[in-house]
Amino acid sequence: MPISEWFHKKEKYTQITPAIEKRTIPDGVWSKCKKCGEIVYQKELVNNLEVCPKCDFHHELSAYGRLHLLLDDGKFKEFDKHLLPADPLKFTSEKTYLESLNQSQERTKLADAAVNAKGKLNNHPVMIVAMDFRFIGGSMGSVVGEKVTRAIERAITDKLPLIIVSSSGGARMQEGIFSLMQMAKTSAAMARFKETNLPYVSVLANPTMGGVMASFASLGDVVIAEPEALIGFAGPRVIEKTIRQKLPKDFQRAEFMLDYGQIDLVVHRRDLKETISKLLDFFVGETE
Amino acid sequence: MDFEKPVVELEIKLDELKKLPLAESPEITEEVRYLEEQINKLREKIYTNLSPWEKLQIARHPNRPRTLDYVGKICTDFTELHGDRLCGDDPSLVGGPAFLEGKRVMVLGHQKGKDTKENVARNFGMPHPEGYRKALRLMGLAEKFKLPLVCFIDTPGAYPGIEAEERGQAGAIAENLVKMSILPVPVIVVNIGEGGSGGALALGVGDRVFMLENAYYSVITPEGCASILWHDETRASEAAKALKLTANDLLKHNIIDGIIDEPLGGAHRGFELTANVLKKILMDNLIELKKVPVQKLLNIRYERLRKIGAYKES
Ligand SMILES: [Zn+2]
Repeated sequence: MPISEWFHKKEKYTQITPAIEKRTIPDGVWSKCKKCGEIVYQKELVNNLEVCPKCDFHHELSAYGRLHLLLDDGKFKEFDKHLLPADPLKFTSEKTYLESLNQSQERTKLADAAVNAKGKLNNHPVMIVAMDFRFIGGSMGSVVGEKVTRAIERAITDKLPLIIVSSSGGARMQEGIFSLMQMAKTSAAMARFKETNLPYVSVLANPTMGGVMASFASLGDVVIAEPEALIGFAGPRVIEKTIRQKLPKDFQRAEFMLDYGQIDLVVHRRDLKETISKLLDFFVGETE
Repeated sequence: MDFEKPVVELEIKLDELKKLPLAESPEITEEVRYLEEQINKLREKIYTNLSPWEKLQIARHPNRPRTLDYVGKICTDFTELHGDRLCGDDPSLVGGPAFLEGKRVMVLGHQKGKDTKENVARNFGMPHPEGYRKALRLMGLAEKFKLPLVCFIDTPGAYPGIEAEERGQAGAIAENLVKMSILPVPVIVVNIGEGGSGGALALGVGDRVFMLENAYYSVITPEGCASILWHDETRASEAAKALKLTANDLLKHNIIDGIIDEPLGGAHRGFELTANVLKKILMDNLIELKKVPVQKLLNIRYERLRKIGAYKES
């Protein structure tokens, strides 16, 4: 289908304006940059897409914040919102898993660490998954695995390009083997997606590690990382402990992974939408 | 192993008795018989009530049979093939074609060593990306020549190292997950010891998945889990319990299809027996799977993964 036809396809989206994005930040609220330690106005940080105005460090962006950043007019239709985490292992440490879930849910107003949505990116209809690091480190348990799988399947059915923005420490320990198996489930769905000619753009935000990187996040037709995002399989502390030596400077950072040929692009958050849009221009539509 | 100490103590006593000059005398013969009985009772008591942490000690036992032990015992003409054609050959992951009761198969497995020297050479069964990429290449051969795939899982995990990351450990694992989920031949997976996280799963997607009785399968090592939860690795036994990583747990949660019994005390105390049971299970399942048309096989394999997950729908 020629690109121009996409413009004529009128799709109706319910605009969801999540309260979390409209949060009013009182004047004078400060925040300290995680990298340079400079004190920044919270308001300034939000207006600057959570990127530090002093040192350009990319702080975590909420899942809804990400959808607002990437989708036209911040409009989207959310899917699979009704999926809620369970506690299959009755996992208990000092704090039970259920307590951790409740705390994260209260703090983020999310059911779990991923949001599925359909929207338009510079007029390209897309299926998108945005992960949220604030929710138990963006870890992948059954809900995240199921949502990613459903998004992939829906992209195949609806013939839509797929964008997944990952931000995750890896598989969710508290769901044990169920979390591990989400790697296989999402990858199996991705195998089916790869049999189509639809593009999948994988975006890696800080950090994308472990079981998420070792499944869908590394399987993009194009893999884009945000500057300085930590990317890899094993965490730096585990590696340091194993090899008993200091890690190279910038080890596992986006720029390092670019040098080693593991990703395609490192893109600043303010340019992310335009970059994805251009890729979709190349990959979506008929060949002349 | 700590929990075996009472048995070992009795065994030492027994040995001493047998060495006595008057070993043939009726009193000592009677004493020997009594001790042997006690040992058997104690063994039965200890080994049928193992905690997850104790089972894990058996799974990690230095004498535990490895992939190549089983392959040597149950297959003929195994021909190990080497290299990923990109970077190197990884001895911690082995593979190649073989015959199983005269039927052609492709075998893949993590390979640990028997002693420190071999373990260093085998990197303790922890593959680099080139190991997974060799596996990927051999899966390609299995596809091309229509050989059913038999995978043995036995790794603490993919190797956490600098070069492993530079060469794309995560991506190498992910590519295997993709490939195995659509490989158009029957795939049988047996976890024979350690199922450590993504590094194990990278050989773990199949039509049938079995575990030996004392094997474990986990998203994270109990040591890693304890260190995250309590900043204290010595509490690994608690973490092992919380993670529900035993064969029984996985069967209960419908992640695996069956458990392969081990002799009392572990597979290393009766390798022949374990290998024979394993072989029979492989044969039975291969015969069954070969009857299923390829497209149906792949659909069932997908559905099997598709339904794994514990969540609520409001
Ligand atoms: Zn800064």
